[in-house]
Amino acid sequence: MRRTLEPYLWLLFSGGGVVAALLLPVLVLLFGVLMPLGVVDWPTAEHLRALADNVLVRLALLAVVVLCLFHAAHRIRFTSEELLGIARFDLVIAVICYGGAVVGAITAGLILF
Amino acid sequence: MTGAYRPPRDNLWFARTRHCAFFVLRELTSVFVAWTIVFLLMFVDAVRTGSLQEFGALAGRPWMIAINVLALAATVLHTITFLNLAPKATVVRLDGWRVPAWMIQGGNHSAWVVLSVLIAYFILRSP
Repeated sequence: MRRTLEPYLWLLFSGGGVVAALLLPVLVLLFGVLMPLGVVDWPTAEHLRALADNVLVRLALLAVVVLCLFHAAHRIRFTSEELLGIARFDLVIAVICYGGAVVGAITAGLILF
Repeated sequence: MTGAYRPPRDNLWFARTRHCAFFVLRELTSVFVAWTIVFLLMFVDAVRTGSLQEFGALAGRPWMIAINVLALAATVLHTITFLNLAPKATVVRLDGWRVPAWMIQGGNHSAWVVLSVLIAYFILRSP
């Protein structure tokens, strides 16, 4: 039987889906909506710095970024193919989507470490 | 003899039924999941390089708030639909008794609320 990457991509997809589901809404609510609108004050730079400097927080953030990006890449790959009828270009689309996720993961690594 | 007959593709298949439209809407939440990650990385970068002032100004622009309100709606839709799918992927049996779907979904949604409160507490508490 030929081995394929597909099961691992589905594993990353589901792992990323759970992580995105549990963590992203509160983060976008706070940093993307409530703080910019002035409903909630921005935390002090020192407090944020202390949080972001903690190695465990950084490792957790890196895991969140990698998983969520692969989740999004996997879904965007299949949705674009179904929506636009371009499934015959699956290989190219897959390379673009997962390639984007890899680039994002490397960027996150450079920002965090 | 030419190739097999292929019926013409319906380019508006996703708009034909409410079920299909919702399916596509659910799948498109992934675009906002990706955006949220990009936005968070910009924020973490601002924290680590000491440029929070500039990030705050960018995040406060009306168009950016509009994008993030959409991202909030999309990530909440993603959360509800994804956590509701869990019982289809995970069958939990305790001594032969199958744990019903609503219990697994309820546990997932409770975990979401608890985690969200915890994260908000750690971010917002005064040091």
